[in-house]
Amino acid sequence: MTIRLAGILIGLGITAVLVLWSLIPGAYNYAFGPPAEKPAYYVFKEKPVAPEGGFSFDGPLGKWDYAQLQRGYAVYKQVCSACHGLKYVAFRNLEELGYTEAQVRAEAATWNVPGIDPNTGEATTRPGEPTDYFPNPYPNDVAAAAANNNAIPPDLSLMTKARKDGTNYVYSLLNGYVDPDPEKLAKAQENGFETPPGLYFNPWFSNVNLAMPPQLYPDLITYDDGTEATVPQMSADIAAFLTWTAEPSLVQRKQTGWFVIAFLIFATGLAFLSYKQIWAGKKAKKK
Amino acid sequence: MSFAWAKQYEPKSAFTKWVDEKLPLPRLVYNAVGAGYPVPRNLNYMWNFGVLAGFCLVLQIVTGVILAMHYAANTEVAFGTVEHIMRNVNYGWMMRYAHANGASFFFIVIYLHIFRGLYYSSYKAPREMIWLLGVVIFLLMMATAFMGYVLPWGQMSFWGAKVITGLFGAIPFIGEPLQIWLLGGFAPDNAALNRFFSLHFLLPFVIAGVVILHIWALHIPGSSNPTGVEVKKESDTVPFHPYYTSKDGFGLGVFLILFTFMVFFLPNMLGHPDNYIEANPLSTPALIVPEWYFLPFYAILRAFTADLTIPFTGIVLIEAKLLGVIAMFGSILVWFFLPWLDKSPVRSGHYRPMFKKFFWFGLIPCMALLTYVGGAPAEEPYVLLSQIATAYYFLHFLVILPIVSQIEVPKPLPYSITEAVLGSDDKPGGTDGGGDNPQAVVKPLPGSDPDGSLQPAE
Amino acid sequence: MASTGASAGATPPEAADSEDGVRRRDWIHVAALGTAGVGGAAVLLPAISQMAPSKDVLAESTTDVDVGAIQPGQSIKAVFRKQPLFVKRLTPEEVAEAKADDAANMRDPQTLAERTSEGNEDILVTMGVCTHLGCVPLGAAEGENKGEFGGYFCPCHGSHYDVAGRIRKGPAPTNLEVPEYSFTSESTIRVG
Repeated sequence: MTIRLAGILIGLGITAVLVLWSLIPGAYNYAFGPPAEKPAYYVFKEKPVAPEGGFSFDGPLGKWDYAQLQRGYAVYKQVCSACHGLKYVAFRNLEELGYTEAQVRAEAATWNVPGIDPNTGEATTRPGEPTDYFPNPYPNDVAAAAANNNAIPPDLSLMTKARKDGTNYVYSLLNGYVDPDPEKLAKAQENGFETPPGLYFNPWFSNVNLAMPPQLYPDLITYDDGTEATVPQMSADIAAFLTWTAEPSLVQRKQTGWFVIAFLIFATGLAFLSYKQIWAGKKAKKK
Repeated sequence: MSFAWAKQYEPKSAFTKWVDEKLPLPRLVYNAVGAGYPVPRNLNYMWNFGVLAGFCLVLQIVTGVILAMHYAANTEVAFGTVEHIMRNVNYGWMMRYAHANGASFFFIVIYLHIFRGLYYSSYKAPREMIWLLGVVIFLLMMATAFMGYVLPWGQMSFWGAKVITGLFGAIPFIGEPLQIWLLGGFAPDNAALNRFFSLHFLLPFVIAGVVILHIWALHIPGSSNPTGVEVKKESDTVPFHPYYTSKDGFGLGVFLILFTFMVFFLPNMLGHPDNYIEANPLSTPALIVPEWYFLPFYAILRAFTADLTIPFTGIVLIEAKLLGVIAMFGSILVWFFLPWLDKSPVRSGHYRPMFKKFFWFGLIPCMALLTYVGGAPAEEPYVLLSQIATAYYFLHFLVILPIVSQIEVPKPLPYSITEAVLGSDDKPGGTDGGGDNPQAVVKPLPGSDPDGSLQPAE
Repeated sequence: MASTGASAGATPPEAADSEDGVRRRDWIHVAALGTAGVGGAAVLLPAISQMAPSKDVLAESTTDVDVGAIQPGQSIKAVFRKQPLFVKRLTPEEVAEAKADDAANMRDPQTLAERTSEGNEDILVTMGVCTHLGCVPLGAAEGENKGEFGGYFCPCHGSHYDVAGRIRKGPAPTNLEVPEYSFTSESTIRVG
């Protein structure tokens, strides 16, 4: 009885503190105070969109499109790698994109990676080997910031997992340097919105002002397989490639999943029959 | 303990007999989860979750020990070793996804287990100790899960560690030194990461120990059941093996199908993208949210937005931050007092009309709402909703339960579990709760018509 | 699964135990348990193979060594798969000595030609790992004890290797291992 009485008193006390001090003033403010405003850029924000037809690895039956991954690698090498690293990916991993061992060795040698002069011990660069990881374009963050107007270009290894709906995000962002809608812009400017010099408007970026200038232009690169290098094409290809770098085991994971779940359904079916057999007669029959 | 009719372990071969004399471990297992443990025959599927929770604990320990073989608790490399596991270690991705989603499924199972206990009042005498130990396990799980989430050293790991240890900083006088002591520094760094790894490895084995006590305490009175009527005689029970081993086996299969579906097809759904960004002490993510299983308590923490002051004087009695911390810990603390707050003689919610309404239309929506607003940004109307839900949460356990248990008129209980299942039973005494008669056996009465007034579980 | 209070007129359990029923029942339990066992065994595959070398370790399987600068009688130490690798250029006298010993009574008989590559029989490439219990033998660096046969000497348990790295005295069971390697240029070898 004492405990219940104490409980009731404490319960009422907590509720009173919460309601009288926090809830009622908060509710009053919410009802009559100035409405809380979203930041001015909110009117522009867009949700990531998928390219037409989606990606080959979407869905539970998804598979890599090796031609697309190789095109995406070409985009990374010729465009992105100037500023963005790929530190969790090694050249040897490129074999998973359908290259042969010899091709990978040759490809790795086209990159310069940090090394040590064998005679003097001084830091230098040497041609890459399959076991090397993709080099970072900048020696450190300070150098990266200094070269890029104080914005450090993030490493891209995990980019598609580090953003919500990441694959479509990368595609939308790279394909999404558009001029702001004039009506929305007028409205947003009233609330103090601007795109400062050195930043670029992109409605898919978190605060719509992005430090990275548009990088992709039609026919910027020449694909080995003759695909026309349009901006959406390149955006989709690099998004696919970065999905692979973020999770090389994606397709293997889904295929294993089918096998495991099929087995479990079979096993669970047997377990159910066994359970029913054991309980037969112990349960009252349904009417 | 056991019921008088519990089967006795009888070693069959000379070897098992020899083992039984030297170390009666097979006997222990036989009496704990074998044919020697009589269990009410009417348990429904909600009684599967204890076994499933045990399975989850083993799963987490096994996958965790494997991950620890490849992980390194150093801020320089921790994030990289997790990626090493994902990319280079054979089946490493499977182990890590199983461990990460395993934590979520452990909490799903535990929440169902706890709310089953709340609905069927499994915390009532004579089972208070089981309940108290269960709350201890839950607290240990929360600590373990929190420290585990720090280990990948992503953005959410770092800021989660900073915010949660910041809670201790709210304690008057000792708060700040306590926080610095917990972290071994002024912000989460190597010292914190290393001790969290050490404790994250240790605590699951502590949990396993408390689980053994939990099961031990369970075997004193035996399992509760959906009617809440105590076991009276042999026909009320079936041996755990093979009846509940087979049922739990089936339940485990269903659990594994759902679990592997998440692991193989949606492994990152319950995680947060920001944790794939390496920790950066200089940049806070836009919205810090804990893992989903902490959201209700996080919502309670954030519900207190104003200091407790003496009106018109400006004197602050308790700061809002401390109020939130008190409320958050209090929200779990109240569970320790449940057995004494709810004095209704009836256990099962089936037979408690008022309690049932408050449970389904009060507590469950309240928990759902708290989970939702816990993950929402700290702005209106979410703050208001979290305050309403928090108020209800405390009112439910501290005010509604004691009062309802006083004024409620329960529905008539079945005479026995056997009657609840079969619709009829010998009533030796004729009166409710009449003399126990272990000798009475069920006489199946073909054609007998149940009176329909009862709604036994299952 | 709601078994509302129902007629207890169910077949008594015993009735289900007809001869037919028993057999069917046994079969389903055996099948269910057997399948669970197969599943449990399948889980062992990832649990065991995760301890095998990971992909990055397997990839570190080649090492390039420049042998051009090694003077006759000198050795260098390199690292191959995280283990020491000895590369030694034999002097003409040592070559002659090794050849003379080819027919000697040895525990693990091998000729110098078998242990070096054709046309470069003065270049001896061996693992720097004693075949007894894995210590690093002495003799590769200037001034170290080369043992009774002028090659390598393992101080842990006293194994003596001759100039061609062959075991001549002591507990080691086999000659110092010669890893697979090939010349990629006049002066460079690729091991592995």
